[in-house]
Amino acid sequence: MGTSKDLGAWNPYLAGALSGLVSIGSVWFAGKYFGASTTFVRGAGFLEKFIDPAKVAKMEYFIKEKPIIDWQWMFVIGILIGSFIAASSSGSFRLQAIPDMWRERFGDNAAKRGIVAFVGGVIAMFGARLADGCPSGHGLSGSIQLAVSGFVALACFFIGGIIVTRLLYGGGGRK
Amino acid sequence: MTTDMLYGLVTGILFGFLLQKGRVIRYDKQIGALRLLDMTIVKFMLSAIVVGMIGTYALVDLGLAKLSIKPMIIGAVVLGGLIFGVGWGLLGYCPGTSLGAVGEGRLDGLWGIAGMLAGAAIYAEAYPLMNATVLKWGDFGKITLPQVLGINHWLVILPIAIGSILLFRWLEKKGL
Repeated sequence: MGTSKDLGAWNPYLAGALSGLVSIGSVWFAGKYFGASTTFVRGAGFLEKFIDPAKVAKMEYFIKEKPIIDWQWMFVIGILIGSFIAASSSGSFRLQAIPDMWRERFGDNAAKRGIVAFVGGVIAMFGARLADGCPSGHGLSGSIQLAVSGFVALACFFIGGIIVTRLLYGGGGRK
Repeated sequence: MTTDMLYGLVTGILFGFLLQKGRVIRYDKQIGALRLLDMTIVKFMLSAIVVGMIGTYALVDLGLAKLSIKPMIIGAVVLGGLIFGVGWGLLGYCPGTSLGAVGEGRLDGLWGIAGMLAGAAIYAEAYPLMNATVLKWGDFGKITLPQVLGINHWLVILPIAIGSILLFRWLEKKGL
């Protein structure tokens, strides 16, 4: 699937190992483990505060995860910036509303892709908050600490995902 | 901006840079892994985990870092994990990588981000109910694999590292 036109790609083992070093540095210097999904709770809290601040102040979950900007919020924003720097400096930045694999299977309708992405996002975040973590918080941070919850969550993420992609794309071999 | 926030920003920029370079923030790569066609994200993740676990436990042994373990609640982790997987299969990005995807121009990531904000709001509404039910089903507390097995953590790290390298060799042989 990797094409020769893929500008500036690094070996995934190298990029992964370097990410591991970054996570060690974060634990060492800032005492912080990677995570992303709590930021979406804080973000939702911010948005809801515009509509009904009194309600947000009383909600148990927003008391637990307050709508504030913290380490993880900036970490998540940083991911966007870092990705943009890497993509634009290597010529691999590309505006695209429909991923190639999706287009091959489901066609050119950007609204269809948008609706499924939105619904997928709703379901994914509900699950991540119930599990108390996503592939960053459970998968990466949980596993590097040898947490049982991290390994179990990671396995369940893949099981759920494999089932859904089988339904969407069908089984069958490699092309 | 506090020091904490600055650390977060710098760490995120480095991680986002590497995620993009490793090509793991693309729909085609994430779904490619779930379709068992392209194991790029597995290679990236396991490499990060093996390096990360060695470094983290070295820091802990030296007294330079503390663990921060999430509890193993069977109902929450298994059910939540499976639900997450279903959503991930539809969206093709996870919470962190959706931002990275937008960073390299993948606009469908914006729909995913909007959906995830909505999902977080819905979970906040459901939290009291979840807290009284699923979050109480089979709570084993903050346990690690070495604790459960009753052995030193390096005796867990070493087999995982060796197993990962063997898996990598197999994946390369299979061209995945």
